[in-house]
Amino acid sequence: MWKTPAPASPAGRPPGGGPLLAVENLHVEFVTRRGVVRAVNGVDCALNAGETLAVLGESGSGKTVTAQAIMGILDTPPARVTRGTIRLRGTDLLGLREEDRSRIRGSRIAMIFQDALSALNPVFTVGAQIGEMFRVHRGLSRRDAERRAVELMDRVRIPDARRRVHDYPHRFSGGMRQRVMIAMAIALDPEVLIADEPTTALDVTVQAQIMELLSELRRESGMGLILITHDLGVVADAADRVAVMYGGRIVENAPVHDIYRAPAHPYTKGLLESIPRAGGKGRALRAVEGSSPDPMAMPSGCVFHPRCSYRQDDCAAGEPPLHPIGPFRGSACHYWREVLHGSHG
Amino acid sequence: MGRYVVRRLIQAIPVVLGATLLIHAVVFALPGSPAVARAGADGLPPGAAALLREHYRLGEPFLVQYGHYLAGLFRGDLGVTFAGVPVADLMAGRFQVTVNLVVTALVVEAVAGVGLGLYGALRYGGAQDALVLGVTLVLISVPALVTGFVLQLLLGVRLRQAGVGLFPVAGIAEGWRGYLLPGFVLAASSIAYLARLTRAGLLEALRAGYIRTAVAKGLSRRRVVGLHALRNMLIPLITYLGADLGTLMGGTVITETIFNLPGVGRQLADSIHLREQPVIVGTVTFLVLVYILANLVVDLLYAVLDPRIRHE
Ligand SMILES: Nc1ncnc2c1ncn2[C@@H]1O[C@H](COP(=O)(O)OP(=O)(O)OP(=O)(O)O)[C@@H](O)[C@H]1O
Ligand SMILES: [Mg+2]
Repeated sequence: MWKTPAPASPAGRPPGGGPLLAVENLHVEFVTRRGVVRAVNGVDCALNAGETLAVLGESGSGKTVTAQAIMGILDTPPARVTRGTIRLRGTDLLGLREEDRSRIRGSRIAMIFQDALSALNPVFTVGAQIGEMFRVHRGLSRRDAERRAVELMDRVRIPDARRRVHDYPHRFSGGMRQRVMIAMAIALDPEVLIADEPTTALDVTVQAQIMELLSELRRESGMGLILITHDLGVVADAADRVAVMYGGRIVENAPVHDIYRAPAHPYTKGLLESIPRAGGKGRALRAVEGSSPDPMAMPSGCVFHPRCSYRQDDCAAGEPPLHPIGPFRGSACHYWREVLHGSHG
Repeated sequence: MGRYVVRRLIQAIPVVLGATLLIHAVVFALPGSPAVARAGADGLPPGAAALLREHYRLGEPFLVQYGHYLAGLFRGDLGVTFAGVPVADLMAGRFQVTVNLVVTALVVEAVAGVGLGLYGALRYGGAQDALVLGVTLVLISVPALVTGFVLQLLLGVRLRQAGVGLFPVAGIAEGWRGYLLPGFVLAASSIAYLARLTRAGLLEALRAGYIRTAVAKGLSRRRVVGLHALRNMLIPLITYLGADLGTLMGGTVITETIFNLPGVGRQLADSIHLREQPVIVGTVTFLVLVYILANLVVDLLYAVLDPRIRHE
């Protein structure tokens, strides 16, 4: 009911109209006492309806900040979006008044967080917190909102929902709390769901159940899912496409099969080599060598060049654009051909 | 819940015993004779002094006196004044004044303290925030004696001369208005503490994960701050206000004296002057009981406000 017709398809996009969500040249910085932290430096990405985009990258690479910018929940100040556009079905969210933005937030784009215990308000029942979505965005009465909350809790398979709707968050286990968060996020049938490391705080078995639930909900509703994760196993199972972030940029963007088969950016390659593989003839876990770039003093040229084994002299000079490799794929490396064809490294 | 209340009341018994024993010891140690203090410059006839001493057991050893007092307390008897009036009756007449004063102070404290604190926090780091911190600093550092007299002069005298008669200098002849100035003076330093607690509390609450969630849900700023943050902050605020009731009760001794209010606090001050042992002890016992009850109520409220706490 909230879906607006898609605008005319921009050139070069996959079929089915324009992308659901398009982020272009997004820059976010934090003004701190110690200096300006450039957290996001020109992120480009697009998400189609029904698609799962996994966002990978080491700690501090700007995944959460990008998600918060899309959601419009950055703390401003210290944060500020200095450049770029974020379009939801063609509407530039950054150009909206706060009033219109908050109407979209939660109803058309929703987000779930890593730590469900601290993300839920301890002094309200889960029913009240889920129901609040209907009360605020849809003007439902308390009673109707509660009925909808019970339905949602059933839908995310929280047992005994009718009774548990009156319980407070601390009475739930970690996995159940994350289900409550998910129920809240999907309450109004959002078109985009952003999940920022939704399973990091959970047990392995519970992680699998939550991922299963998210995939199922995405399939049923056709929403686009942005899945921020460190878990390469999760990416392989759940994602359609992968965006690899490094130093506040997307350095590689590719369909999941392509990226696992043959990465086209040295950093992606390093990441994939860092996972231990079962039966991989005792290959040891190896992190990408070197340390993350200092966001207050980003390296010139390609941000990855100080750590790169494919480095050439010109890498420190010009910042590589996202070179197109086929229609749905890009790599921000001048030497992507060498990386792709494994000529060394 | 009921069992919790009973347990708390039983736990209060040693507190009452300790407090009354202490106050007895202090009064017992006061130099001079109550009988003599009462008689004034002319002195008492010798027989009368002996009679008083016997009637009020002034000559008996400390622990015996204390024992008699406890026996009385157990029967609900707080003792009898030297003028023959039961202390309980005396208190009943004066308690209303003190309740009015303390309630006024508590309301002033809650409104001004929470208001200032929220104002500062919502303008964190700005000039208004600095102003809030400055005001609280002044409120904390100037003692009640000074604020009291200065406000009496400025608002009670000068403002009245200028034709605005809102604040009487002293007394309760003009009804509720008589409580405004003393209420503020009594609450002054508490306002400052509460303001700082509120400010810090809101700043902390606004950094909490559930606030980020509330924003992500598309709620208005008003709802995020006024419902989600404030509801969490209420817990420390109510705790502070409850504990502060005791401080305010104690403060009435000075405030009621400055503003000449016929309440329990001034009764205590007067009775100390006159060495009227039963009144001193009776009043203090009463204040201790009020304090204990207030704390119990706060603890029960706490469970209502914070679902994570259950009294079982
Ligand atoms: N409030 C803030 N003030 C200053 N710098 C910040 C702030 N929030 C984030 N940053 C900086 O922005 C950069 C990107 O952070 P972000 O949280 O997006 O990383 P991430 O990719 O989500 O990492 P992780 O995997 O650890 O969650 C980091 O360098 C971080 O220090
Ligand atoms: Mg993060």
